[in-house]
Amino acid sequence: MRRTLLQSIVRGPLTEATPEPDEAALAELACSVDHAARTRLGRSLAIRQVDAGSCNGCELEIHALNNAFYDIERFGFRFVASPRHADVLLVTGPVTKNMREALNRAYNAAPDPKWVVAVGGCARDGGLFAGSYACLGGVSQVIPVDLHIPGCPPSPTQLLKGLLALLQHAGANLPSS
Amino acid sequence: MALLDGIPCSSAVTSHRPWPRVVVDADGWQKAIDRLVANEIVLLGLWGDADVVHMALACPEGDAIAVISLECRGGTFPSVGARHAPARRLERAISDLFGLEAAGTPDDRPWLDHQRWDCAHPLGKGGRPKQAIPYRFLPSEGEGLHQVAVGPVHAGIIEPGHFRFAANGEFVVRLEGRLGYVHKGIEALMSGATLDGAARLACRTSGDSAVAYSYAFVSAVESALQIEVPARAVYLRALAAELERLGNHFGDIGAICNDASFALMHAQTGILRERCLRVAETCFGHRLMMDLILPGGLARDLAVDGHAAVTGLLAEIDRAFPRLIELYDKTASLQDRTVGTGVVKPAYARLFGAGGYVGRASGRPLDARRSPGYAPYRDLSFEVPTLQEGDVNARVWIRIREVEQSVQLIRQILAQLPAGAIRAALPSSGEPAEGLALVEAFRGDVLVWVRLDEDRRIARCHLRDASWFQWPLVEAAIEGNIIADFPLCNKSFNCSYSGHDL
Ligand code: SF4
Repeated sequence: MRRTLLQSIVRGPLTEATPEPDEAALAELACSVDHAARTRLGRSLAIRQVDAGSCNGCELEIHALNNAFYDIERFGFRFVASPRHADVLLVTGPVTKNMREALNRAYNAAPDPKWVVAVGGCARDGGLFAGSYACLGGVSQVIPVDLHIPGCPPSPTQLLKGLLALLQHAGANLPSS
Repeated sequence: MALLDGIPCSSAVTSHRPWPRVVVDADGWQKAIDRLVANEIVLLGLWGDADVVHMALACPEGDAIAVISLECRGGTFPSVGARHAPARRLERAISDLFGLEAAGTPDDRPWLDHQRWDCAHPLGKGGRPKQAIPYRFLPSEGEGLHQVAVGPVHAGIIEPGHFRFAANGEFVVRLEGRLGYVHKGIEALMSGATLDGAARLACRTSGDSAVAYSYAFVSAVESALQIEVPARAVYLRALAAELERLGNHFGDIGAICNDASFALMHAQTGILRERCLRVAETCFGHRLMMDLILPGGLARDLAVDGHAAVTGLLAEIDRAFPRLIELYDKTASLQDRTVGTGVVKPAYARLFGAGGYVGRASGRPLDARRSPGYAPYRDLSFEVPTLQEGDVNARVWIRIREVEQSVQLIRQILAQLPAGAIRAALPSSGEPAEGLALVEAFRGDVLVWVRLDEDRRIARCHLRDASWFQWPLVEAAIEGNIIADFPLCNKSFNCSYSGHDL
C-alpha cells in the first residue's frame, strides 16, 4: 500500500483542466433562480442524484465525475445521500410511471432553494423510450426543470460544463468576501 | 441424455435458429418441469408471446439449448415456479405483461406492474389497469424481529429498487427485493421497430452492457436471417465486448472495496476504468460504445489510431494492475470484510443457473463465450476461472482473473484482426424467421429471442438479463449477515435493475 500511495504522490495529478461552462446552459439558467436564492447557496452545491428510469448509462458517467480525472469535488460539488441535504437534484431517465411518486417525494424532500438538472436525452423528453405505456417522457412532466444536459449519455466533460454553468450562475452576485 | 429427451413434442418450428424450438402440450411442459426439478436441465428463460409461453432450456454443460412452446388455452399455463423457484419472478412478469397466468403458482403477486400504468397487460390482451393494492411482502415472524425498508431511492448513485429486511438486531433474517421501478416497456417499444431501431433500444436495456446487449440482439437477428457477418466485424465486436468487460470489472472491483471503506483501491481502479472508456471513445467514437453494433456488422470501423490506443491501454494495465491485485490480497482489513461475507452456496448457483461471476465464484464453470460459444471466441484461447467459496472475496477474485483473461483475449484479437468490410447487406423482406442468442456480458449471460415479420421488422423480442437468476441469490447470500454488509454484498453481485426491469 505504501508503494501505491507514494507513487500517487510523485506521479503528479491526472486531473484535467477546468472546462469552460456551457454557454447554452448559462442561457437556459439565466432566468431560473432569483437573486436571493443564489446568495444563500454560496459556492458549494450538494447534489442528490435520482435515477427515474435510466438505462444506467447516465449513472456511469455521473460516477465518473468522482474519478481522479474529473474530481468534481474540487469545484465545490458534493454528492449527498439524502435529498434533504441537497441543493441540486440530478435526475436521469425518461421517468417511468413506477418512479413518478419516488421522484416527487425526493423533490419535495429537498429544501428550497433548489435546482433540478435533467441529465441525458431520456430526461429531456423520454428519448428512445418516449411514447411507452410505462414512461412519462421527461423530468419536466413531473417536476420543474432548471437545466438540461444533453447526451446519451452525456460525457463527464459535458456534465461538468453544465454543472459549472450552474455554479457560476448560483455564485453570481455574491458578495466578494 | 439429450436435452429434449423425455419431453414429448408435437412439432418443430423450422424457422427458428440456430437451436431448435418445439411445440409441446401440457404433458411435454410437465415433463420439462420434471427434468428441471431433477436438476437434469437448466432454465435459461421463460417469456410470453401472443397466447403462448416459451421456455428456453439448456443442458448443465451449457452447450445444448432448446426452446419449448406451449399454447395457453384459456389464458393459463401450468406453473413452472410452483416446483422450480427460479421461474417464479419470470411468471409474475408474464402475468403482468401478457395476462397469461401460471396455474398453481404459490406467488401471484404482481412484479413489474406497480399499478401505475394506464392499462393492464400491455403486451397481451390489454384491459383496464389493475386496482392498486398494497404490495404484500413475505412475512417473517419471530421474537425481536423488526423491518427495515430501503429504497427505491438509495443513498448512492445507483439504480432504484426496494429492499425489505427483516432483522434481529444487526442480523438479517430475511431480505426480499421488490423491483420493476425502472420498467420502461422496452419489449413493447421493440415490437414493430426496424432492426436498427431495435438495436438502439437493445443497447439501452442496461447501459453498462450496451455492447453485450446489442451483440446478443444482432446475433439473434443474424441467426434468424442466416446472415454471414464479415470477419472483421466479428473480431471488432469481440474487441468492444472485452473493452466493456474490462471497464466494468475495474469499476466494480474498486467499488466493492470502496463499500468496505477502502477508498484507495477505488481511486486506482477508477483510473483504469476511465482509461478503458477513453480508449473505447478513441476506437469507436463513444465511451460506452453504444450504437456501434448493428445487424449485419458494425456502424463504424476501428479508428486509425484505435490499435495504438488499445495497445497503450494493455500496457498500462500490465503495469498497474498486478500492484492493485497485491494491494487487495495483502490488505488484511479489506480481506476481513470480503472473506466469508455474502456466501452463495454452489447448490443455489446450480439451481438458479446463475451465470457470470456469481455462478463462477460458486462452482458453476459456465461462460456463454465458451458454451454454447460463438464467433470469434471459438478461435481464441481463454480460461474460465472458477472458485467454490461463493463469498464476496471469491466474486472479486473471479473478476480479477477475468481482467487478465480479457487482456489476453484483446491481444489475440488485435493480432488476428482481419481486414475487409464491416457490414453485410440485410434482406429487406422474406419469410418470418426466429432467432435466439446467448452472449456473455460482464455480469453474465444475456439471452435474446426475436421473431421477425416479412418486412424485417420486429414482431416480438425478448431480452433476459443475467440478473433475473442472480437477484434471488442476493437475498439468499445476505441471510445471517449484518445489515451493514448489505451494500458490500450487493455491490459484489452488481445486478442490473434496468436490465431486469426493462
Ligand atoms: S440518456 Fe441514454 S444513457 Fe442516459 S439513461 Fe437515457 S438511454 Fe441511458
